[in-house]
Order: sequence, then C-alpha cells, then structure tokens
Amino acid sequence: MSALSERPANPVVGETVPHESAALHVTGRALYTDDLVARTRDLLHGYPVQAPHAHARVTRLDTAPALAVPGVVRVLTAEDVPGVNDAGIKHDEPLFPSEVMYFGHAVCWVLGETLEAARLGALAVEVDYEPLPSVVTVREAIEAGSFQGAQPTMERGDVEAGLARAEHVFSGEFEFAGQEHFYLETHASIAQVDENGQVFVQSSTQHPTETQDIVAHVLGLHAHEVTVQCLRMGGGFGGKEMQPHGYAAVAALGATLTGRPVRVRLNRTQDITMTGKRHGFHATWRVGFDAEGRLQALDATLTSDGGWSLDLSEPVLARALCHIDNAYWIPDVRVNGRISKTNKTSQTAFRGFGGPQGMLVLEDILGRCAPLLGIDPADLRRRNFYTEGQATPYGQPVRHPDRAVAAWDQVVQTGDVDSRRREIAAFNAAHQHTKRALAITPVKFGISFNLTAFNQAGALVHVYKDGSVLINHGGTEMGQGLHTKMLQVAATTLGVPLHFVRLAPTRTDKVPNTSATAASSGADLNGGAVKNACEQIRERLAQVAGGRLGVPPADVRFEGGRVRGLAHDTDEIRWADLVTQAYFQRVQLWAAGFYRTEGLHWDSTVFRGEPFKYFAYGVAAAEVEVDGFTGAYRTRRVDIVHDVGDSLSPLVDLGQIEGGFVQGAGWLTLEDLRWDESDRPTRGRLATQAASTYKLPSFSEMPEEFNVALLEKAHEEGAVYGSKAVGEPPLMLAFSVREALRQAAAAFGPPGTSVDLASPATPEAVFWAVEQARARAAEHGHVAEGFPGMVPPQPNGDVPRYHPRSERPPAEQHALSAEV
Amino acid sequence: MTRISVRVDGVDYTDEVEPRTLLVHYLREQLGKTGTVVGCDTSNCGACTVHLDGRSVKSCNVLAVQADGHEVTTIEGLATGGELHPVPQAFHECHALQCGYCTPGMIMQAVDVLRENPDPSEEEIRLGLEGNLCRCTGYHNIVRAVRQAAGAREGAQA
Repeated sequence: MSALSERPANPVVGETVPHESAALHVTGRALYTDDLVARTRDLLHGYPVQAPHAHARVTRLDTAPALAVPGVVRVLTAEDVPGVNDAGIKHDEPLFPSEVMYFGHAVCWVLGETLEAARLGALAVEVDYEPLPSVVTVREAIEAGSFQGAQPTMERGDVEAGLARAEHVFSGEFEFAGQEHFYLETHASIAQVDENGQVFVQSSTQHPTETQDIVAHVLGLHAHEVTVQCLRMGGGFGGKEMQPHGYAAVAALGATLTGRPVRVRLNRTQDITMTGKRHGFHATWRVGFDAEGRLQALDATLTSDGGWSLDLSEPVLARALCHIDNAYWIPDVRVNGRISKTNKTSQTAFRGFGGPQGMLVLEDILGRCAPLLGIDPADLRRRNFYTEGQATPYGQPVRHPDRAVAAWDQVVQTGDVDSRRREIAAFNAAHQHTKRALAITPVKFGISFNLTAFNQAGALVHVYKDGSVLINHGGTEMGQGLHTKMLQVAATTLGVPLHFVRLAPTRTDKVPNTSATAASSGADLNGGAVKNACEQIRERLAQVAGGRLGVPPADVRFEGGRVRGLAHDTDEIRWADLVTQAYFQRVQLWAAGFYRTEGLHWDSTVFRGEPFKYFAYGVAAAEVEVDGFTGAYRTRRVDIVHDVGDSLSPLVDLGQIEGGFVQGAGWLTLEDLRWDESDRPTRGRLATQAASTYKLPSFSEMPEEFNVALLEKAHEEGAVYGSKAVGEPPLMLAFSVREALRQAAAAFGPPGTSVDLASPATPEAVFWAVEQARARAAEHGHVAEGFPGMVPPQPNGDVPRYHPRSERPPAEQHALSAEV
Repeated sequence: MTRISVRVDGVDYTDEVEPRTLLVHYLREQLGKTGTVVGCDTSNCGACTVHLDGRSVKSCNVLAVQADGHEVTTIEGLATGGELHPVPQAFHECHALQCGYCTPGMIMQAVDVLRENPDPSEEEIRLGLEGNLCRCTGYHNIVRAVRQAAGAREGAQA
C-alpha cells in the first residue's frame, strides 16, 4: 500500500453518497450554461450559416442582406478575427472557412437581438459556392489515398514468422460505424467582456484550459486575459473535449466586437450536423492460432474515419492500437494505423477514445474465428488471457492479469453461466424460429493519457476561519460524479464530515493549465491534487494541534471533525476550534495542490513505453434472444463484474458501469449514423440528424435482468485512496451483447457456423446474419483461411511514421501567444 | 402577439406571446423557469416534460397559447412546503441521475405514471417512461427510484 493509496480510519471515500448536485437536479435548480441566458442582460444570440455542400469553395459571401433584417446586429466573418482564424490546436480547423469541408460547415455567424432575428439573418446571408469533389466514406478515402496525420506502426516480434508457424491462419476485413455523443445538453457558450477587457466565457466544456487557449488565440489575447468557467455539463462523453472551443471563440469574438454578452447555443440539428463523433474504422487483418487456439500472430491495418480535420484523431488512433490486444496475449504483432480525411464532421473523442475500436477489431476476429477453430468462443477468449509476466505489444508489463480471471470466474459463478448455457442449448433445440445465446467478454483498459505530459492536475483548497472548506480543482463535472468524489477525498484527507466541504465551479482563474477531464483520469489526477492540497493544510494544523494536545504533530489524527492524539485517551479538539486557533497563530489555511502520475513514459515514434499507470478490468456475460423472421432481439440478462479498485464512491461507480455498458450497447446495436453517400446534391449530408431517426438506447432496450457488481479485493496502490478510474472501461463490456447476437444468429445455421455481423448490429443487420447462417453463404461468412492470406496494406514510407503534433511538448503546440 | 393567462407553479401570469412560441420557450425565456430544459427539439427525449392540468406533456410540443387558461406545473413547482416530493426524493436517494439534464422531465413523467398507476410493475414503469431518454444512467436506477417512490407513497397512505 502506498502513501497515495492508503486510507485512514473511517474514511469518507468508499461511503455510498448521492451525487453532490442531486438535490439541485431533482428540484430543477441546477444550472447549465444556457440557463444563464435568463440571468444575463442585453444578450445577443449567435446563429450559424451552414453550407449545403460536402466540399466547396466559397466564392462570394455577402452579409449585407442579413444586416437589413430587423434585429440583426452584426455578422461575424473571417475578416473580424484579430488573432488566428482557427478553432483547434493544429491549424487545420479554420473557424471561418473559405473552403467548405463538410455538409453543414458554418461559414459565418449572425448575431441578433433574438435567436429568431439571428436565424432570419443567417437565412439572408448570400453565399456562392463552387462545389468540389468530395470523399465521404472511409473506403472512398482509402481508394483515393485521402489520409491525414501520421501513420504509426505498433510492432513486436516477427509477424510473418508468427503466422507461418500458426496451425490456422485466417484473414478478413471489418468496417464499423462511429457514434453520435447525443449528450442531452447541446453545446453552449456565453461570453462577455468584463472591465478592462477581461473576457469571461461560460462554456459547456470538458477542457476549460484549451477553450481558454483557443479563445485567446482567436482574439489575439494572452491566456491571462481570458477566463473560462464550466458550471457543469449535461453530458459530455468526450464530445466536449475538443469541440466546444470554436463555439466559445465565436461567442467571445462577438462579445469583444459588440461589447455585449453573446450566447452561442447549438440547437440539436446544428449540434449533430456540426460536431464530431466517435470514429468509425475500417480494418483488414490476418490472424494465426496454434492447434489449441492460442493466438500466435496478428497483422492488421486500421483506418479510422477522421472527418475533415485532424482534431484528436491521432491520439484516438494511438489508443486504438494500444488496445487491439484487449486482454489477450499475442506473441507476434504488427498493427498499422492511418487516419482517413473525409468530408464529414471532425471525428473526435468519445468515451474509450479509440480503445473500444481497437478492441472491437480483435473481439470481432475471435467471434468469427471461434467456430472455424471448433472452439467455443468463451473458451477461446479465456484461454488467450494474459498471464503474469507478459507484456502488451507496446512493451508495458500487464500488471494484475489475475483480476480479469477473477472477474471472469465471478461472472460465470454468480451469473449461473454454465447451467444457463445448457438451458439455452435446450431452448434452441426446441425452437426453430427463435434462438438464444450467451456470450462472455473481458475488458482490459489502460488508464492515463497516452501523452505523459497531460497526466498532471491542480487543486485549490480553502479552509475558512469557521472551519468550513471550499475546494476547487481542474476537472469538470459532466454527470460522472467527479465532484462528488473530490468532496469525499477532501473530507477524508482533512478528517471532516462531508458536509463541511463545498465545491466551487471549475474556472481557469482558480486552477490553471489543466488537462481535459477525459481518459477516465479525472478522479485519479484531480483526486491526487485535492489530496495533496488538503495534506499541506492538515500538516500545518497538526503542528498547532500537537502543541495544544502535547503530542508530536505526526501523532495527531483528524477524524469526523475531531482532532486528537494517537492514544485514545488524549483530549479532543473540535475541527472548527483548531482552525480558529490556527488562524490567530497566523497559520496559512489554504493550499494549492498538485499531482502528477509517476512512472509513465511513452515514445510515440517507436510506439513503445509504459503509458498507463494501471489497467482496469471487467467481464460481462450477456444473453440475448433473436427472432428468426425479423432479426428483432431482446437482451434477456446481463451480469457484470467490474474492477474499480477500492471504490471512492460505490453508488457513483455502479452508475458509471451501468451507464457505460448501455452506451456501449447503443453504439454496437442501435445507433446508426447514416451519411448520404449518393451523388445527389445532398451528398455528405448526415441523414440521421435527430433522435427521431438516430436510435438511442431507451427504457425498452434495457436488459430484462441487469446485475452489476464491483470486483472485490481490488486495491490499486498507484491511485488515490486505492481506487481505479471508471469512466470509459465499462463501455466495452457491451461487446458481450454483440457477440451474443452473433452466436444467436449462428444458431440458425448448422453447428460450427461463422457469421459476419455488421456494426451496429441493428435488427436488420442481425436478420442478414441469420440469413447468412441459414444459407451458410460464402463459406463461413467472409473469413479466408490459409497462409499467407489477405495481407493488410502496409505503409509506403512517404508519410511520417509518428510523432504527431498532439504528442509534442505543449510549448510547440501552443506557440501562438509565445510573446507573453 | 397574443395575450395568455397561465397559472404556473401556483402563480398566475398574463403575458404577450407570439402565437408560434413553444411552451418550453415561454417557461424558460419569459418566466425564467430554467429547471425545464430543451434536449432534442423533436419531442423524442422528454427532457422538457411538464404537467398541463396535471397530465404530463412535452413542453417543446405544446404552444404557449395552448396553455392559455390552464395550469402548468414544472419541476420547480413540485415541491410543496419545503418538503421534497417522494419522486424527487427517490431519484436523489437511488442515484437515478448523473448529468441531471433529463432528470426534471423524467421526474415529471414518473409522477404522472404513478398518478395513473400508483403501484406499477417494473415493466409498467419502463413502458410509462419510454418517451424519456437518458444518456448517462442506463435507466436501471431510474426504474429503481420510481419503484421506491411508489412504495413510499403506498407506505404514506397506509
């Protein structure tokens, strides 16, 4: 147990407490950014002019007709930008573009006294376009050689030798869809200029510091002239990590030019047609197994659908490569990655950040190959688990692989898996038109930002004279319960009851230079920083208390708002009295805390290192029933055991696991992004641009029985109070549903049938899988058998192998306002 | 502009509205009732659910003028006498929320479901809340909360 992970007696962490804002949420008093409109005087509303082309040059932009619309105050164009006309950090995302890069791209923004005036103004702006050829699908991009960014290769051993020695070699192809975040609160920013030109932006952002950076560079200001605050978000899921910056910058630009507060809030259609999504991927692969079904080699090339700009595509791809192994040992590996450039929204972070995509490739391979090997899919997965002493393809030793085994065994036992599988076999034998299946899949997910520098955080803790505590940290709240956990950490470290501690909203002028609340790392990083700040204060108070109690400061204990010596018969001091006394002794009662994750290193040029502090594990078993006439299905039961270390907040963690699983099931089975791939004028338009056509998980898709448990004896000594990150890993537990659907579809064919299953596995996709099983078409789906098989395309050497801008030191990234 | 008179959360209002104004926009923008939020714009998500004369409606799907002469209850009007209503209480206790954005609408719908059926089965709860979307929780705790609230009401009546 480390100093970081050790818990004091009776800690507040680990207690089951409700979400810190629950009382506000259930009474409607919780404020989101756009709720501030009603409290802001003289506010102007922004509305975009969206281009109706997938790719075009803007040949004429006439804003005069808009200015004639009553209530229109100003139209913002590229000429208005005093700084850098770019919404990102890579200089490939012009905020006011002269070249339209995707259908719905905003070319300028109208400010109006009312939203309606701004809308009518936007309709009045005259834009001429010269349409250009467009690339819409990832396959088109591959054919056209339309790529962006670096093309990394992750390699270990000799993949050709591995395949050559394998008893069975299979090769195939797989393409799967992305996912719309559909946070219920759309993007929103309100900007105003305070006295002396200080720009204040309230934004629904997961990354206030980067929003601040982008606003500053668009306005040509220094970071200290811009403050960004995020009260809370109505969901983020990665969609507000990189995407809010441009909208915040438009609002800030409008505010500086008009001197009035400006609101930019996207309506749902704008949000879904303008903002980036989870990357869909294309994969070609070869895999080798020995006679017992043990993985020998994997050769794959992954191509992500990056959309029009680089955004976070490079780190997303890196994480995809780093997770293609999931929980499985593969001796010889070669995986290439590339990012296609397509005329679509700029695909971005989404819960899992490429990890789910990498893992899906291998889980799909195992699901398709198991019948060809004549091995039960569950057995195939289980026998390929990592064991102690093995390392990932990028060279990180896999610590605690036994936890995947423990979670697996627990799911099998508590989920009554063996007897249910017998029942399912009996059911299937008795039912010709309905089939059931149960699949069990593991998750191993690396925790930390791949880029080592991002693994740092700050906090600011104030203890007031009356003993009350106010904490602030660099993380943002999007529902994940981070603030709840931070309150628990502070109360634990200071040894006070939870209600002594309050938390103030995230602001860049309280804690600077923060990393995005992303990569599941919010509690690890900010918890470390809050704990550090509280420890500084506690140590100072221990000096004061030691003097009063007549014990050495090291023997002073803080617990439940009382302070006493180590021996139980010593006097006690009330926390508030001690604080007051310390104030009169002129002891500093506040502290800035800092944390950086130790022991990380990562070299993206060779794709090797130990980028992750630890791995989070989980296992899920899902049972489904498929109707052979329609492909319609239902999820009968799901059992999950998930590793969150020693939970900081069990209610919060269970909620994250349940929600993550359902969101993952949405991605893999329901949520169907359709883009117009035709040659009509609407080519490139997102066809599913509302919840009416984009199917989100609802009550009716809930598993009929849903059992979630936390893995026991799961202490993690590398993280705050022995906990583990929980935000992203549970999403991938949903692979179990997809694999169960595959197995149920295959059950319509003869034993040993391998079927392809499209992703998302909508009822229609399942229907085609059932048809494939019945026909046993194309000899086991589309998996080819034999060495050398279909060799994935290899990099041709004229692109940078790696070292993307996003992984360079921040000084290089943000050289924009370097003259500070 | 059309003049409407509406009783909202127990207070009478008379206002001029454009005939095209949606009830949700009237509540948020003219009355400052920001507890009722806009999620999807297409009446799929139910985040804007309020009660019109005691029955749940999606306020993005009702014109303000349709509320003329009627009574509207929002999440902000659910609490009486400083006591939490049993449904919000149960949502609070069961962690039936994460980001909280769907919560007001979900609670208003749940209250209406329980009004129609004070002791619903799990299946009936799922069916009754089918028109409300949550992107965070996976729904499990929401169903638990509604069951708990039903039990609490039953207990209170007994």
